[in-house]
Amino acid sequence: MSTKTESKGLQKWAETNIWALVLMTAIVVSIGGIVEIVPLFHMKNTFEHNKYPEIVWDGIGKRPLSEWKPGDGIRPNRPLEVAGRDIYIREGCYLCHSQMIRPFRDEKERYGHYSLASESMFDHPFQWGSKRTGPDLARVGGKYSDMWHRKHMRAPRSVVPESVMPNYPWLDENMVDPEEIETNMRGLAKVGVPYIEADFAAALVETKDKTEMDAIVAYLQVLGTMVKLDDSKAYRE
Amino acid sequence: MDATAEQKYNLDVVRWFAVMAVVYLVVGALVGVYIASQLAWPVLNFDSPYLSFGRLRPVHTNAVIFAFGGCTLMATAFYSVQRTCGVRLWSDKMAWFTFWGWNLVIVLAVITLPLGLTQSKEYAELEWPIDILIAVVWVSYMFNFVMTIANRKSSHIYVSNWFFLSMMIMITYLHVVNSLAIPVSMFKSYSIFAGVQDAMIQWWWGHNAVGFYLTAGFLGIMYYFLPKQANRPVYSYRLSVIHFWALSFGYVWLGAHHLQYTALPDWTGSLGAAISLAMIIPSWGGALNGMMTLSGAWDKLRTDYVLRFMIMSLAFYAMSTFEGPVMSIKTVNALSHYTDWTIGHVHSGALGWVAMIGIGALYHLITRCFHTEMYSVKLINLHFWAATIGTVIYVVAMWVSGIMQGLMWRAYDDYGTLAYTFAESVEAMHPYYAMRAVGGAIFLFGAMVMLYNIIMTVRQSMAEGRVEQARTAPLATATA
Repeated sequence: MSTKTESKGLQKWAETNIWALVLMTAIVVSIGGIVEIVPLFHMKNTFEHNKYPEIVWDGIGKRPLSEWKPGDGIRPNRPLEVAGRDIYIREGCYLCHSQMIRPFRDEKERYGHYSLASESMFDHPFQWGSKRTGPDLARVGGKYSDMWHRKHMRAPRSVVPESVMPNYPWLDENMVDPEEIETNMRGLAKVGVPYIEADFAAALVETKDKTEMDAIVAYLQVLGTMVKLDDSKAYRE
Repeated sequence: MDATAEQKYNLDVVRWFAVMAVVYLVVGALVGVYIASQLAWPVLNFDSPYLSFGRLRPVHTNAVIFAFGGCTLMATAFYSVQRTCGVRLWSDKMAWFTFWGWNLVIVLAVITLPLGLTQSKEYAELEWPIDILIAVVWVSYMFNFVMTIANRKSSHIYVSNWFFLSMMIMITYLHVVNSLAIPVSMFKSYSIFAGVQDAMIQWWWGHNAVGFYLTAGFLGIMYYFLPKQANRPVYSYRLSVIHFWALSFGYVWLGAHHLQYTALPDWTGSLGAAISLAMIIPSWGGALNGMMTLSGAWDKLRTDYVLRFMIMSLAFYAMSTFEGPVMSIKTVNALSHYTDWTIGHVHSGALGWVAMIGIGALYHLITRCFHTEMYSVKLINLHFWAATIGTVIYVVAMWVSGIMQGLMWRAYDDYGTLAYTFAESVEAMHPYYAMRAVGGAIFLFGAMVMLYNIIMTVRQSMAEGRVEQARTAPLATATA
């Protein structure tokens, strides 16, 4: 019982001319993405530091990262943290751990202050995650000792019996390659991370004789510790 | 035996894509069952980097989406575009390039992902050299498809082709933009986008991989293969026009609902959620259009097992396209986000809708292309029940575990402190993770039955020389 009716106007044009169909479809499917994505690159309120500049370290692009002190503000990752983040990506950690705390009472008590967009502005690519098979890591830095992390990475169930995380024994065995990290940091600079020459030089020194375990622990320990957020301020509407 | 079709159309490339699709269905489901078991029994990670969950999970998603889904879409689009346009594929050579190129992508994915080479963007993990190959092969697929339509004998372009085309165009946009990256070495690159903008672009890709690749493309399959199998015209032409334009326009906006309550500006997430709700209408219109195609012929479901797959897939399509908008509502999303509920939702769509409509079309297409009946009709029925029961067990397990997780994380005790540690919520998931692995294993069993049935059918066709006969049979008339 097809109710086939004769098509008219644009619909008829699209149905009888393939190039018209291609053109109309190409336009129709592009609108939503343009409306939702393009403004994010132009609207000032996308990033909280446009209103609260103090949350970003004032030495960025001027002073070497080694001069930064905890709490000075958001900054690009230091070389060993870059190495750790590369490992975090390689092992697919983001598939089970989020780095994005939502503004709810329970998340605040469990993980800390809600995450800001400015906090991941140097994250190429972003590591917000989409699933919490394990807990959120956006502010895990400083919560556990380095020793705890090492034991946990080697054998998670030795410290958290209920855990379903894989063991990562190979992180102790693999060494970080300083030259690779320097290359990677230069790559990150190309996509817009404001490193200076001193930071590239530091890469060769700071990642020398380090294991992948040292790197991942350095990365985990800096997460969420760059900036001290003020509970009395409304960073986000 | 359809000698006319065999001699007029390129069915060879369709046969290869169809058989590979079934092989990849088994592979993808097998890896899925394995990683599901790892979450229930972490000892299965075997302390090996190459077998660890974090590296195998992208192997599973890429295998089911791009290997099974891709080969199914390419087999069905190449088959139906020739039949609906009444002409052979524009270029046989280019079709073979698409076949070998796509399979090369799959092989490279299976090698590089366990090695930890990844861009870490979900469903777009493959590193930059493979991304370039994907783009080239994808465009060859689209170009051949469009040129075949341009050559058509019929005056109007049939509805299934609109949906395939919409998918091809949108996936080209998405893949190119989301994969923009600067290489630092042969196998490592960094996305040119960062943080919140990268997140929005990733989920614009992520949800449209679902909306176009797994929905529009598979609706193209539905609009051709369901009426063919039922031997009835599509219920409503007008409804398919509305379905097509509303879906093509609307789906694009939904990605933002993956980022509710995150650091993405509120307006973007709310806009995504509002359009998500509106999408119920075209989605249900489309599901209705498919189901009503059977009106007056419902008795066929008693005997036609292939049709059963198709109708069951539409039931899951209707359910998932209702569940999705509900989950995008902010208050629901606050509970469901980050939990297994999302995984359950994805699988009710992926197993229930995508796999079942694809499987139905593949059974249909294999008998037509190998010029023979299926080796065993009973085994199709066995597959149908394994797929249905497996999917239901999987989805129910994830609903329960997802909602339980969400409730445990936000539960407070009488003293106003959090009632459960995170580890306690992980422990509580164990029975459901085991149940999910069982559901997946039943689905996998069904897929293996299908592979066996298809291998036997192909052997039967080869033993009887069916394809050869069709190729050489003199045609009664020189028409068409």
